[in-house]
Amino acid sequence: MSFTIPIELEAELNELVTHYPQKRSASLMFLHAIQEHFGYISKEAMEWTAAKLELSPINIYELVTFYPMFRQEPAGKYQIKVCRTLSCALAGSGKLHKHFCEKFGLDSHAHGVQTSKDGEFSVEFVECLASCGTGPVMMCNEDFYEAVSNSKADEILQTCK
Amino acid sequence: MSNATTTETKPAPPPVDKMKIKIDGREIEVPKMMPDWQGKLQPTTMLQACAAAGHDVPHYCYHPKLPIAGNCRMCLVEFGTPAMGPDRKPVLNEDGSAKIAKSVLPYEPTSPRGAIACATPISPGMEIYPNSPATKQMREAVLESLLINHPLDCPICDQAGECKLQEYSVDHGNAASRFVEEKVHKPKHVDLGPRIVLDDERCILCSRCVRFTKDIVGDDALGFAQRGSHNTLTNFPGKQFDNNYTLNTVDICPVGALTSKDFRFKMRVWFLKETKSICTSCATGCNVIVGSREGNVYRYEPRENDAVNSCWMCDSGRLNYKWINREDRLTEVQHLKSKAQSWPMALKEISEVLRKASSGSVAIVASARQTNEELYLLKKLATKFNAITDSVPRHGESDKLLLNADRNPNSNGAKLIGISPAQMGSNLPKIADGIRNGTIKTLIVFGEDVTKHGIGTDLLVKLDHLIVSDILPNKTTESAHYLLPGCAHAEKRGSFVNAKGRVQRFLQAIQPKGDARPEWEFLHELVFNVTGQNGFASIEGLFNQMAQEIPAFNGVTWAVLGDAGVTIPT
Ligand code: SF4
Ligand code: SF4
Ligand code: FES
Ligand code: FES
Repeated sequence: MSFTIPIELEAELNELVTHYPQKRSASLMFLHAIQEHFGYISKEAMEWTAAKLELSPINIYELVTFYPMFRQEPAGKYQIKVCRTLSCALAGSGKLHKHFCEKFGLDSHAHGVQTSKDGEFSVEFVECLASCGTGPVMMCNEDFYEAVSNSKADEILQTCK
Repeated sequence: MSNATTTETKPAPPPVDKMKIKIDGREIEVPKMMPDWQGKLQPTTMLQACAAAGHDVPHYCYHPKLPIAGNCRMCLVEFGTPAMGPDRKPVLNEDGSAKIAKSVLPYEPTSPRGAIACATPISPGMEIYPNSPATKQMREAVLESLLINHPLDCPICDQAGECKLQEYSVDHGNAASRFVEEKVHKPKHVDLGPRIVLDDERCILCSRCVRFTKDIVGDDALGFAQRGSHNTLTNFPGKQFDNNYTLNTVDICPVGALTSKDFRFKMRVWFLKETKSICTSCATGCNVIVGSREGNVYRYEPRENDAVNSCWMCDSGRLNYKWINREDRLTEVQHLKSKAQSWPMALKEISEVLRKASSGSVAIVASARQTNEELYLLKKLATKFNAITDSVPRHGESDKLLLNADRNPNSNGAKLIGISPAQMGSNLPKIADGIRNGTIKTLIVFGEDVTKHGIGTDLLVKLDHLIVSDILPNKTTESAHYLLPGCAHAEKRGSFVNAKGRVQRFLQAIQPKGDARPEWEFLHELVFNVTGQNGFASIEGLFNQMAQEIPAFNGVTWAVLGDAGVTIPT
């Protein structure tokens, strides 16, 4: 297992375990912390987490694949998240997602997050971003955008340089 | 171990607490508590109660030997419970009977609300409607949803013919699909481990395999990745699903998702003849079903026996059948190294040799892989010549679940019958010495290669007579003066005594190869020729006679053994 974790992070995680009656309950907090630090959760990181919490690696793998916010690969420098829940879907989020995919040479039918070849942009569908009246809505990294048409999308991309 | 056979009468069990309920309009009394997957008493479930009343509630995720998951919803049934008034007293019908309140959706009181029979305990006065229109509708709906993404590749699926999805779809499903959208595709050929291939599109996510490997084997190796319609059964990437019990997941998978690499695409299951048998690879003696066709064995599957192996068997035992069809099987009676001979001639000559043998000049090495009946006949010969006898111990690693360190299936039989000394193998050096100093002139060997156990070819050449019966060739068979081809246990009938003293019988699945004959048949002839004792010429009679003669067997009969066997004191 080629996974090394900084001493401070490990100390932080060790402390985290003490918050829960069962070690297993700390799984999600571990994964958040690891993704925060490394940018993604590698296979080795999952195995490390499992060993640390006295679990089997499959238990951690189930979690990582269940939650869309966990990544198993480094994401692009800019992460584009398009809402696909009902209101936004009706307002045209499918078209918006496809627009991004075409721009970056990605498959708009593929399941899950995809990253452009140059590693600059990641595109994915997410569930409701809680602005259902102004769909289609999206996020680019921490910034939130409403009623995004294709041309507005292009403008947003202009700012990503 | 108790000092009585399990067939003897035991003190009457304490009275069982019962409860009255109605199933499909018929009132029945069922125990309030019934055994759960670990055999602990728990409140009886609707599914168990229905089974007791003869109603088989369809189910996927429920398995009597696994913890309950309640995830497939196939076992939904409509039900009702006695209505209670505001005063918490039962509401009565005009005729004085208890009024039943059917379970309905709270926001839509005209729609019945089912409950999963596998996980819902019964309560007094409950009514279950396993055949009502509402129950049928729930089943149809569950099946329809299960089939949404199912590839329906039954024509090339190994499970076809023993698939619960097929069976329930025929019994409870709709003929045509209303689903016109594109199905979700999942991995079709996943190499889960050395013995298992997974087709994820066929998986109905019942989690039986997950629970089996986690809760029975203790190897938490399988789980579900992704979510929603992409939910996929998987191992941890790169981590092989490889414990000694993986193939049981193929048996309990209700569909064709988990397949055995060994059996995959070899044979349609409906062509297989099923024979009740016993695994011979260790002293546990797991009960198995041999699946054979036209003289070939295609697979072993575990056969439920709670006194021995529950519903499981180990992979190494399950796959240990290929030797039965090995090309080099011994199929001819031979005299003096490879001259073919007929059975009557050989038996006549051997009988003559033995009749002339003097007391103490004969030794017998039998195998603890042989049946009680065969060992019993060999013991008769031994007694006649005052022969020194032994068997060969066989050891391996044991595990916590089934596998026994003793890799002989019948060590206890060999000891009880008196072929093997208490310390199996301790007579072998004495036999070697006897041959060396010339007192032992005739050696009878059954099913063992004595050259590997201290009686080398240098000693074998000193013998006047070496009479050998075996199934496959080895150094001992090569030196034999008389070589008698024997049978694999799948080719004959017989019984073993397992490590816990359970006497279990097995039946014949296929015909012996070539001229090979079941050992008990020709041994019976030899014993008659040599000792003049005529025993029973059938396996039943032989067993019964042995059980009369040898006190440990307590006079059990072949018929009483039944399919599950009988425990005797060892
Ligand atoms: S592979 Fe079979 S046993 Fe395992 S979850 Fe899927 S359907 Fe159930
Ligand atoms: S545990 Fe022993 S008897 Fe059971 S299947 Fe394995 S080898 Fe055969
Ligand atoms: S549906 Fe898109 S924000 Fe709620
Ligand atoms: S059998 Fe699966 S829910 Fe009851």
